[in-house]
Amino acid sequence: MYQFDYQRPETLDEAVALLKEDCKLLAGGQTLLPTMKQRLAQPEALVDLGAIDSLRGVCPDDDKLAIGAMTTHAEVASKADIPALACLAAGIGDPQVRNRGTIGGSVANNDPAADYPAALLGLNAQVTTNKRVINADDFFVDLFETALEENEIIINVTFPRPQAAAYVKFDNPASRYAIVGVFVAKTGSGVRVAVTGAGPCVFRHKGLETALNNNFSAQAIEGVSVSAAGLNSDIHASADYRANLIKVLTKRAVAQIGG
Amino acid sequence: MPTVSMTVNGKQVTADIAPNTLLVSFLRENLRLTGTHVGCDTSQCGACVIHINGESAKSCTMLALQADGAEVTTIEGLAKGNDLHPMQKAFQENHGLQCGFCTTGMIMSAVDLVKKHGKPDDATIRKGLEGNICRCTGYQNIVKSVKAAAQEMEG
Ligand SMILES: Cc1cc2nc3c(=O)[nH]c(=O)nc-3n(C[C@H](O)[C@H](O)[C@H](O)COP(=O)(O)OP(=O)(O)OC[C@H]3O[C@@H](n4cnc5c(N)ncnc54)[C@H](O)[C@@H]3O)c2cc1C
Ligand code: FES
Ligand code: FES
Repeated sequence: MYQFDYQRPETLDEAVALLKEDCKLLAGGQTLLPTMKQRLAQPEALVDLGAIDSLRGVCPDDDKLAIGAMTTHAEVASKADIPALACLAAGIGDPQVRNRGTIGGSVANNDPAADYPAALLGLNAQVTTNKRVINADDFFVDLFETALEENEIIINVTFPRPQAAAYVKFDNPASRYAIVGVFVAKTGSGVRVAVTGAGPCVFRHKGLETALNNNFSAQAIEGVSVSAAGLNSDIHASADYRANLIKVLTKRAVAQIGG
Repeated sequence: MPTVSMTVNGKQVTADIAPNTLLVSFLRENLRLTGTHVGCDTSQCGACVIHINGESAKSCTMLALQADGAEVTTIEGLAKGNDLHPMQKAFQENHGLQCGFCTTGMIMSAVDLVKKHGKPDDATIRKGLEGNICRCTGYQNIVKSVKAAAQEMEG
């Protein structure tokens, strides 16, 4: 790999003070390091968040669950007491990726095929940074693009507890990334359906939400039309195939919840 | 150059290294622990799996500096003198390897797997080894080896 500077601060304040132009935060490194090896990213300096203990851990509350940005996928899989979320984390990549990769890194990266974005959007989560609180609906902007400003640090993600939720993905058998993944949640403000893997960025499907709000059952989904316009076509699946998968996986998620 | 200190297979090591040194390069080139392999260098194959503070990780996808202060175990640290670790012995006895290239990473992942799952069934073993690729064996005897080792490791 090319030469770069490296810092490992022990507090969030130190980390903020170290941020400068052309520098990147390093979390689990499971995306950033491969990207740097390929020179798709070439930061001059890395600020490693790995020694900041306050960014790590799962903190349950009566009506919500806060997860520190540096909490690994493996920790979320074993400690998060929202089963759909724990199950989603347990299905990311492989055990070694889950032992290093973090929720903050995954969310900041906003890979179109990543799993966590669907959970954040489906559960109406909030992302807390060193500057502000951002609602999931405003956080995921476009392909690999989020509302985060240059050098803004995610501190944690807070998930309101749903009445019920399920995540079902049709995964790429090699990487486990989602070809399509659907997160369905019954919340106080209605049903939310978040779709990852299908388009350039995670999105909510209003047609499916309306149908499920009227009648929370797999049959209700039958009549909904899911358009393939704007969906991804690649070696793994065509846009039409993905559109069909959205319906199939939504049905499976609804069935899991018991609709 | 920054200094890194870590415990590798029970021994304290300290060295000045360039920040871009991968953990796997540090282990293989600085410490000459060449049992940890590099199959892909792109986080896919698992040949480079080691344990960091007891958890399996791909050492090609970590900077050596990220392991500062950590306890690292490599394949060289599993055996006790001439006594192979039960997982190593099981791979030997069950023909769990052919060319042996993937084997060191496979064994490191399998040890972590058994530690977490006790006596895993076939499906759990296959799922738990998703991060390790073997191009020789067809996996049958790897699964058999891990199952056999799990009996020994518990009892
Ligand atoms: C073989 C393999 C399989 C995978 N399979 C899947 C899969 O099935 N599903 C899936 O969703 N993902 C998958 N991933 C990706 C994995 O989940 C990564 O861990 C994740 O995308 C990035 O998290 P990280 O902690 O490794 O972040 P890093 O790689 O360290 O960082 C990623 C980006 O986020 C930024 N960042 C990190 N932390 C913060 C923070 N606190 N605040 C602001 N910005 C931050 C970094 O600057 C960088 O730009 C896979 C990866 C590999 C190598
Ligand atoms: S060499 Fe590290 S995963 Fe292949
Ligand atoms: S034994 Fe040859 S790659 Fe596995």
